Amino acid sequence: MRNVRWGWVAVAAVPTFFVGYFFIYPLVRILGLGLSELSVGASGVEARLLRVAWFTLWQACLSTGLTFAVAAPLTWAVSTYEFKGRRLTMALVTVPFVLPTVVVGTSFVALGMNESVGAILAAHVFFNVAVVVRTVSTLWSRIDPRLMEAARVLGATSWQVFRRIMLPMLRPAIAAAASIVFLFTFTSFGVVLILGGFRYATLEVEIYRQAVTLFDLPLAATLAVIQLVGVTGALYWYSRYQERTAVSWTLESGTNLRKPRGRVRWVVLAAVVSTLAVLAIPIAVLIGRSLSGSYYEALLTDDRIVGSPIAAVGNSLVFAVLAMVLATVVGVLAATVITRRSGGLSRWFDLTLMLPLGTSAVTIGFGFIVALGAPVDLRASFWLVPIAHALVAVPFVVRSTVPTLRAIPAETREAAAVLGARPFTVWRRIDLPIMSRAVFIGAGFAFVISLGEFGATSFIVRPNTATIPVMIFRLLGRPGATSFGMAMALSVILALLTAGVVLAIDRARFGDLGSF
Amino acid sequence: MLRVSSLDVVLNSQPILESVDLEVADSEIVAILGPSGSGKSTLLRAIAGLVEVATGDIEWDDRSLQGVPPHRRHFGLMFQGYALFPHMTVAENVAFGLRMQSATDIDERVAEALVAVGLEGFGPRDVESLSGGERQRVALARTLAPEPRLVMLDEPLGALDRNLRQRLVEDTRHTLEGRDVTAIVVTHDRDEAVAMSDRLALMRAGTIVQTGTLESLLADPADDWVTGFLG
Repeated sequence: MRNVRWGWVAVAAVPTFFVGYFFIYPLVRILGLGLSELSVGASGVEARLLRVAWFTLWQACLSTGLTFAVAAPLTWAVSTYEFKGRRLTMALVTVPFVLPTVVVGTSFVALGMNESVGAILAAHVFFNVAVVVRTVSTLWSRIDPRLMEAARVLGATSWQVFRRIMLPMLRPAIAAAASIVFLFTFTSFGVVLILGGFRYATLEVEIYRQAVTLFDLPLAATLAVIQLVGVTGALYWYSRYQERTAVSWTLESGTNLRKPRGRVRWVVLAAVVSTLAVLAIPIAVLIGRSLSGSYYEALLTDDRIVGSPIAAVGNSLVFAVLAMVLATVVGVLAATVITRRSGGLSRWFDLTLMLPLGTSAVTIGFGFIVALGAPVDLRASFWLVPIAHALVAVPFVVRSTVPTLRAIPAETREAAAVLGARPFTVWRRIDLPIMSRAVFIGAGFAFVISLGEFGATSFIVRPNTATIPVMIFRLLGRPGATSFGMAMALSVILALLTAGVVLAIDRARFGDLGSF
Repeated sequence: MLRVSSLDVVLNSQPILESVDLEVADSEIVAILGPSGSGKSTLLRAIAGLVEVATGDIEWDDRSLQGVPPHRRHFGLMFQGYALFPHMTVAENVAFGLRMQSATDIDERVAEALVAVGLEGFGPRDVESLSGGERQRVALARTLAPEPRLVMLDEPLGALDRNLRQRLVEDTRHTLEGRDVTAIVVTHDRDEAVAMSDRLALMRAGTIVQTGTLESLLADPADDWVTGFLG
């Protein structure tokens, strides 16, 4: 028995070191820096801090509210009715969500909407509609329609049915979607950096500006601490809320969709077409304008920018492959520990590995700069970028593989052991083949995340190995129509790469994963 | 031969087995008979090395199995739900134990094992496509193919319908006897236990109450519960 336990220690050591040294430790260093060398007191700093924090909060609340308003008609349509093209609609509405933030930002600049609050809000809505539609419709489509009929028979109007039956039952899904959208917009970086100009900054953007442009690391750390408090608060509220409203009614196993009839058909059609059209405009304009000059050729020939734009594509692909391998190895080992050991270690592990998901990418990149100077100075290392990307991607690999591993009955492994398989052989012959599809999906997500990652990369990337998002940002910052055209062309290339991988992932998974 | 002496097993600080004594001679088939929840499956799992032993000992040929992991015991265990590997074909399932021994004539022995349980030609089939009775036979073939020193069957006919059970009781007994194996069969059904074994071991509340043939147990029951249970 003894050597078996040591085996587990070895398996757990890799993810523990990875998350501990590259995430927890830098976070602790930021906390130390932010709390001890608080540089508040310099003139105007407090007012600026307050303004940034206030803007971050209200734009996140407003973005969340607007996203719900825009998503409502389509959510109703796909949750209530079965119609031709319903699956396609769900797939199309998800497209903006998988697009890298830099691409979304560039699209809205292409629309002529830069340097305004409106642009930021519109981009946030564009990005997050899918979260609301998918999360809420998963629950809504499973609510037993007889409940509504019962309420109608008891004398309720359709509005009262919605208000008194539907809305209360949907509350858990609404809370989940709202928390996700709030977190995304509260920690929004790429979109705000591109569309906000100098006037509008979220905490995330301000951390970047203070650290990278103004070299005020203590102030950046203070901002990071404020942001962590905000994020933790939101997560805490959500988990408390979830506990109180835990779904206790039984849901239908299948969905309760019906065919729309009569006038309702036109309302459904209008809801679907108008939402998809609104979501399509920014992408269509981006593609159209990128083709309106010889911008793609310019990507190949331009030599006025550090590191050629086309080399950025190569860099991004190399980083994405490395990040994918790292995230997959760490994620699969972690998932194995989480599912095979019970009790404290497993729960601690599960929680710790999810933390990078709730922390902003900028904080991760900033943490690397603050903490990784000693004992080995990794700050100029080539490996920093793939490590940061892997850190962001590990939660997705874990989330993708844990359910599959949990579904393997203990007896299946015991049967293999009794038949003579060593613990490692059991893992290789039973666990590995059964979870291979889930691992493939997780690896695909890691690849996509790495391709689009901008927040952490902008801190740690070396000038001569820029990734595609970093190169797009540089091109956006350079004056001239050609530079902007090249930024659009590179955005289209990034969008196509991302869409290609997401399509491959979608083909690989048999069931619909439903919510995020 | 197998000897279990004063065996205690504790799971989640609940005593499941208490001072269990059991001997199984070479080539003998013993049925452990008892109501559900009496600890029958746990006893098999302890013998297989899948649960930790609190006190007492399990010996094979007078050598303690303390500290020997399941994969080095060369015992066979057929699980109640069969635990077939869902990602493998019938043949791959049956071949698994042979592969672990790095046997050389795997294909032939798999084919033989399938013939023995009446599933000739089922090798390439997907286990998910099999009926309940077919799964039972695959599980039996998989357990027997590596020729384990001790065969343990946990409610081998548990999940099947009545007609099928009657037929498979005969088949299973026939297959076991044909191979001259040492075996323990766990069941809660008296008739099945009698039909499949040489000797019964009655189990209640985590301990073995009495062992013997049906006749000897009925002739000299240890207490009223034995009479009632066998009645």
